[in-house]
Amino acid sequence: MQVRLWGTRGSVASPGPQTVRYGGNTACVEVRAGDALLVLDAGTGIRQLGASLRGHHGRVDLLLTHLHLDHVQGLGFFEPAFRKEIELHIWGPPSTHADLRERLSRYLSPPLFPVRLRDLGPHVALHNVPHEPFRIGDATVRGEAIIHPDPTVGYRIADASGTVAYLPDHEPALGAPTFPIGPEWTSGHDLAQGVDLLIHDAQYTTEEYAARVGWGHSSTDHTWAFALQAGVGRLVTFHHDPTHSDAELDAIGADLAQRNGPEVVGGIEGLEFAL
Amino acid sequence: MAQPIELILVRHLAGRLAIPAFLVDAEGTLVFYNEAAEPILGRRFDEAGEMAYEDWTSVFAVRDEGDRLVAAEEVPLAKALRSRRPVHIRVAITGLDGSPRLLEVSAFPLDGQGQQLPGAVALFWESPVEDG
Repeated sequence: MQVRLWGTRGSVASPGPQTVRYGGNTACVEVRAGDALLVLDAGTGIRQLGASLRGHHGRVDLLLTHLHLDHVQGLGFFEPAFRKEIELHIWGPPSTHADLRERLSRYLSPPLFPVRLRDLGPHVALHNVPHEPFRIGDATVRGEAIIHPDPTVGYRIADASGTVAYLPDHEPALGAPTFPIGPEWTSGHDLAQGVDLLIHDAQYTTEEYAARVGWGHSSTDHTWAFALQAGVGRLVTFHHDPTHSDAELDAIGADLAQRNGPEVVGGIEGLEFAL
Repeated sequence: MAQPIELILVRHLAGRLAIPAFLVDAEGTLVFYNEAAEPILGRRFDEAGEMAYEDWTSVFAVRDEGDRLVAAEEVPLAKALRSRRPVHIRVAITGLDGSPRLLEVSAFPLDGQGQQLPGAVALFWESPVEDG
């Protein structure tokens, strides 16, 4: 399995001299699992991923965790969505009263965007994320609801070579009397348990989190505790706060790296992992 | 194995409430009651622990207003799970400390997305015996 980060920023694209190394694009990750080409989220990082797929023919599966703008804003600039020879499958969570197509159409339609979702053509298929694990080529995918405002899922993807979990927007400590509170009562635990690579929300420092409880994101301490409890092999910090500079993210990474537990890697645009 | 997200959220909410709350999973297993419920149920949850449906419906000896024993499948949480409808009723129970108590109980199913029913929750209040 090959994993590449195309966008690791949270909330809003944040290009500039302070974010050159970690990158300013919002969430997008490419996963190659056997014959499956999976794209996790459609933040602004997806534009460059789409451009890199000009030689690709066949199927692409885009797995959306949720429909907040920083996770769908790049969809209208994803070239495979406009290439009729590509079979594009988009998976994402429905709400209790609207399916994925209806929910996604609210963004992909005027006045927010000039192209309507239905105008993309029959090569684009939409699917509500099933409650049971499902197969995409050689990959087994499991989507499960996790704590974040509005319907949101995390994903666990496995093939013969490894397992990756992707929970880019996640606040498992919300409301818990202590954290971690144990596997049974921890949102997302089953998705992350024992994976080779966990890509997880690490938006805030502990001090910042205190003023942002309920916003749907984790402090780096919570991210660390979550990863430790889940027994993951490697933790990739992700969904960096747009105000955090490269220097600040280096400092956060250095703090986590000195703790006993999984290897910690700062989520930097362009990083690749081979499992 | 982690509980469904609806149960996790309700448990964390219940942990913050001063209203007694009692949470069961899809099979009716008692998975949590909060601190506010402990003096009424007669034991701390950490000591009582999870209980199978057959056990807690028996041990609390739920009785109706006519002092008749309520069958396990008719206790408010079981009815809410089965009917997927809210239930409000006054019952008497015997706490785990052996003390009788009169309760107003509102139970409702935690209907989730995609027709999933991960469990049910009951909120309850102790009623003064002289009421009614």
